[in-house]
Amino acid sequence: MIPAAFDYVRAESAEEAISLIGQHGDESKFLAGGHSLVPLMKLRLAQPTVLIDIGRLTDLSYIREDGDMIAIGAMTRHMDVENSDVLKQHVPLLAHAASHVGDPQVRHRGTIGGSICHSDSASDLPATTLALGATYVAQGPNGTREIAAGDFYQGFLTTVLAPDELLTEIRVPKMNGAGWSFQKFNRRAQDWAIVGVAAWRRNGDSGVGLVNMGSVPILASGVSSALASGASIEDASAQAAEGCDPTSDLNASIEYREHLARVLTRRALEEASAS
Amino acid sequence: MTVIDNMQPSDESIAAGNGVIGQRMLRKEDPALLTGEAVFTNDMKVPGALHLAVLRSPYAHAQIVSVDVSGALAMDGVLHAYSGADLADQWAAPMPCAWPVTDDMKNPPHYPLAVGKAAYVGDGVACVLATSDAIARDALEAIDVEYEPLPAVIDLESALADEVIVHDELGTNASYTWPLVIEENEGDCQQAMDTSAYVVKERYVQQRLIPMAMEPRAVVAMPQPFGGDITLYTATQIPHVLKVMTALTLGIPEQQLRVVCPAVGGGFGSKLDVYAEELLCVQLARTLGKPVRWNEERGENTQATIHGRAQIQDIELAADENGKITGLRVRLLADMGAYLQLITPGIPLLGAFLYGGVYEIPKAFDFSCTGVFTTMTPTDAYRGAGRPEATYAIEHAMDALAREMGIDPLELRRRNFIPKDAFPYEAYTGLVYDSGDHDKAATVAEDLVDYAGVRARQAEQNTPDATKRLGIGVSTYFEMCGLAPSRVLASLNYAAGGWESATVRVLPTSKIQVVTGTAPHGQGHETAWSMIAADKFGVDPADVDVLHSDTAIAPLGMDTYGSRSLPVGGVAISMACDQVIDKARKIAAHQMEANEDDLEFAGGMFTVKGSPDKEMPLAAVAFEAFTAHDLPDDLEPNLEMQVTYDPPNFSWPFGTHMCVVEIDTETGNTEVLQYVAVDDCGNKVNPLIVDGQVHGGVVQGLAQALYEEAAYDSDGNLQSSSLAEYLVPAASDVPSITLGESITPSPTNPLGVKGVGEAGTIGAAPCVMNAVVDALSGLGIRDIQMPASPVKVWTAIQEARNNTQENQQ
Amino acid sequence: MDVTITVNGQQHTHDVEPRTLLVHYIREHVGLTGTNIGCDTSSCGACSVHLNGEAAKSCTVLAAQADGMEITTIEGMAAADGTLHPMQQAFMENHGLQCGYCTPGMVMAATSLLDENPNPTEDEVRIGLEGNLCRCTGYHNIVKSVLAAANS
Repeated sequence: MIPAAFDYVRAESAEEAISLIGQHGDESKFLAGGHSLVPLMKLRLAQPTVLIDIGRLTDLSYIREDGDMIAIGAMTRHMDVENSDVLKQHVPLLAHAASHVGDPQVRHRGTIGGSICHSDSASDLPATTLALGATYVAQGPNGTREIAAGDFYQGFLTTVLAPDELLTEIRVPKMNGAGWSFQKFNRRAQDWAIVGVAAWRRNGDSGVGLVNMGSVPILASGVSSALASGASIEDASAQAAEGCDPTSDLNASIEYREHLARVLTRRALEEASAS
Repeated sequence: MTVIDNMQPSDESIAAGNGVIGQRMLRKEDPALLTGEAVFTNDMKVPGALHLAVLRSPYAHAQIVSVDVSGALAMDGVLHAYSGADLADQWAAPMPCAWPVTDDMKNPPHYPLAVGKAAYVGDGVACVLATSDAIARDALEAIDVEYEPLPAVIDLESALADEVIVHDELGTNASYTWPLVIEENEGDCQQAMDTSAYVVKERYVQQRLIPMAMEPRAVVAMPQPFGGDITLYTATQIPHVLKVMTALTLGIPEQQLRVVCPAVGGGFGSKLDVYAEELLCVQLARTLGKPVRWNEERGENTQATIHGRAQIQDIELAADENGKITGLRVRLLADMGAYLQLITPGIPLLGAFLYGGVYEIPKAFDFSCTGVFTTMTPTDAYRGAGRPEATYAIEHAMDALAREMGIDPLELRRRNFIPKDAFPYEAYTGLVYDSGDHDKAATVAEDLVDYAGVRARQAEQNTPDATKRLGIGVSTYFEMCGLAPSRVLASLNYAAGGWESATVRVLPTSKIQVVTGTAPHGQGHETAWSMIAADKFGVDPADVDVLHSDTAIAPLGMDTYGSRSLPVGGVAISMACDQVIDKARKIAAHQMEANEDDLEFAGGMFTVKGSPDKEMPLAAVAFEAFTAHDLPDDLEPNLEMQVTYDPPNFSWPFGTHMCVVEIDTETGNTEVLQYVAVDDCGNKVNPLIVDGQVHGGVVQGLAQALYEEAAYDSDGNLQSSSLAEYLVPAASDVPSITLGESITPSPTNPLGVKGVGEAGTIGAAPCVMNAVVDALSGLGIRDIQMPASPVKVWTAIQEARNNTQENQQ
Repeated sequence: MDVTITVNGQQHTHDVEPRTLLVHYIREHVGLTGTNIGCDTSSCGACSVHLNGEAAKSCTVLAAQADGMEITTIEGMAAADGTLHPMQQAFMENHGLQCGYCTPGMVMAATSLLDENPNPTEDEVRIGLEGNLCRCTGYHNIVKSVLAAANS
């Protein structure tokens, strides 16, 4: 319940945050909303020696239109993503997915950037932004770079971000009226998905992201290709589990997860196609 | 002091009340709880207290080779550190098991810290005292324990086969075998099995559950500055029993020990025990002369606080061609866990008398339970304690029988109900069921759920290809509560009594004090007991103070569990009130120079029939009793009476639950669309409180059916050791509950009341699982074990479909 | 390190270890024990307080993160003269609590819910309280209490 001891510093700007993490080295971590990191620290599964609190970087909390994209500051809280009129209009799949993260108390504090950097394949937003073809903007001591979501997630709780890089923005293409659906299957409403599917579709184009079907969020590109070449939803969904590497745990066997991926993908595509 | 048993009910006494009983009175407890003023044990501010932290074995089964606490002692803020061996001479006796169910029951000595061997993950092996909780827990990491791991014992049948022995000195893992055979002639049960038209043979697994009271346990042991007295503040359901057991285990004079329960945040049986940390805190506080406190983190609680259920049940139910039950055989294999805690071995036996359910069962009953040790957290009482398990077995088997016969499960039950006019009914067990009206409860439930309507919808909806299948479940139950008459407990070898004590006094300044031996932890006793007294005396419940949960203030009691507090404790209070009124009547008659028989008492006032100008309020009587200036010759001063009531019988609430579920065959998910509960607990003192008990009980039973399991891996690690993994449902995950009314007063006590705390849980799990199997049996699925998780349901559907395909090929 | 937090309208400054959780800060440094701890995985919500007006699980926030912020705990919900907050009153009138351990967190979560959704359906109340566990009530009366508060 009580984390191991650590030192705490507060950053007043993104530049300062980057500089601080460079100074304090490998055992230091950024603290955003804290709702992925602090739980791990309380169980002593994570024991950073220094926490760099970026919670006051309010200028990284925004949601704005930027041409064909919507730019979301990494420090934007889930509740603000959920309630954003801009997102409801232009990227409703993301606004809706955010409403499923944890519970209201978690959504008041947790941030989209924190969730994406934490890179838990069982979280809702990594798979959703992946399905939407997002790019993530990272700032480091040597400048900024844009990373496609598909290139971002490396492994279990691991991303391509360098230790001294700060995620500053998530850029998501406008959906332009595409149909969409978010299917989250769990035992209790507050739980992580046993399997989840975030999907959008407009005619031949689609994006299907899978939650908790491997050590990273998965883009079911096989499903999208099949749809694009005219397969039925049923046939396309049958491939949903291809290339996945789900685990078994208290709630599911591997076989069951693979089955759920197919069923939920089919249901998601049906719903996405109906609107 | 009076011991009263065999009291006959008085309809008059209920009718003569002042109209308080039966009100949905708001609770007196609420303002302090709602504003955060209430003090739970870990809220206590204890300057100078030493914080205890316990180092727990990470192995399910291991030799403890060495314990080196020097690393902890070297840390700033750490004052003491001890291994189990360091403290071995502190205990006058091992930790108590108060229920040696058989003469040859094997009970390995169990000490607050293990010496030589750790027997479950969570078994305490060392401890630290420090100036803060944080330092104490940090210090645990500096203690070096060398273990030699041994194989874990998780599977009950392997445990029984003695493949790996948990307690070497016993030579076996079997703790006891307890039979209950009730036959007219020897062999009747086997004959029923051999000759009856139908025999269903079922195996059910009562999965291990974690009681998960929202308040984790906490202890503060405070030595008094002079004289050697010590006060134990603890989150317990059993202050009186704990006092006696602590004195015996530590070898200290009982009168030096005072036990106080601050506000207690739920128990459900998990705080009905004598725990290592309580003993450690008291003993260390005594020897060090300083307050010692401890609080449990949730991850500790799931391992270090007792678990519930954990049985394998084999039931054979025989019936004639009409479905009338002809015989019943039950074999239980019960998981004791690593040690026998306070009443661990007796829990499965509490259900032994309920396997016949609400049905007319002939004397062809053969029951036996074997308790085995395993290397998991000890089990003990958890809401219902043996009775939900028994009810599950008979109610689920009845559905299996109905399916085999091809008749409706409700119809089958009706053919077997004990009819209303048969009560009081002497059952096959020799126990007398006080009152019941099973057909009425079933009919009320049937109407509320629209049973016929659901069956019609089900017939339409459950086509072979239907994605969502509808099911309806029924459970009809008896519950046996109030624990028991003390003599019955004696015959079961249970080491405590079944009485309850009440002192009622009218203060000179007119307020009324009720001192009760019950120990509430959410049940609203302050409200309900003040209502009982207010109803008797004709005063405002606000003018009645209820004192409890402090052995210095309420020295006599047998505490709260087993749905006993109202049928035993509440009845004791009503009897004490009657005695006070009798004495007051004598004083009033004397002072008003009237005949006692001419006095009437209502609304707190004594009046004289035929003399409208003569009256004396209770308040005046109390003051007169106090000054003693003019009392009848043979009467002592003061207006205070104490009653100890030993109930003449168990009390037998009963009811019918029905629910409608919809199962998504593609995901295996079960949604409970509707839940109806008709729970008859006799007269209700406060229906608001009764409803709340039923709601809470139902959700716990439903949670056993659909969500919860204390899952262990093969190495004996508890995998569901947090509230993230152990699935206590939230509001979003359970339905609203429709309650139906049925009131059949108990004839065994003057209030006509029964208990209700556990009834909801007893009815719910079989109701939900009957609905689940009802939804799926059309696919050829025979049964699903609890919890009916989506993966389990889906897997069963796949297997059934594969079997169907194979059969069609 | 020093943290300054306004709790129920009163400013407090304390020297705390960085690892001090906000719930421990409230209970041990400020001395308000109404906020309870029921788990260690951010699952139960018993520790819910209002952080800058929104419900948050104080066990999952460091006191350091709350430096300079305003929090309201259960002790701050009733009026100065003791009049219960309408949510507290609704819980009492509808028997929305039994042992009371989850209640402070439940009241804080429920008031935050109604702030954001003043007229919820029963389903919305149930989903809105998905982060708060209760073992005693079975939730039926808690939901009833929140709906009653919404109507008052």
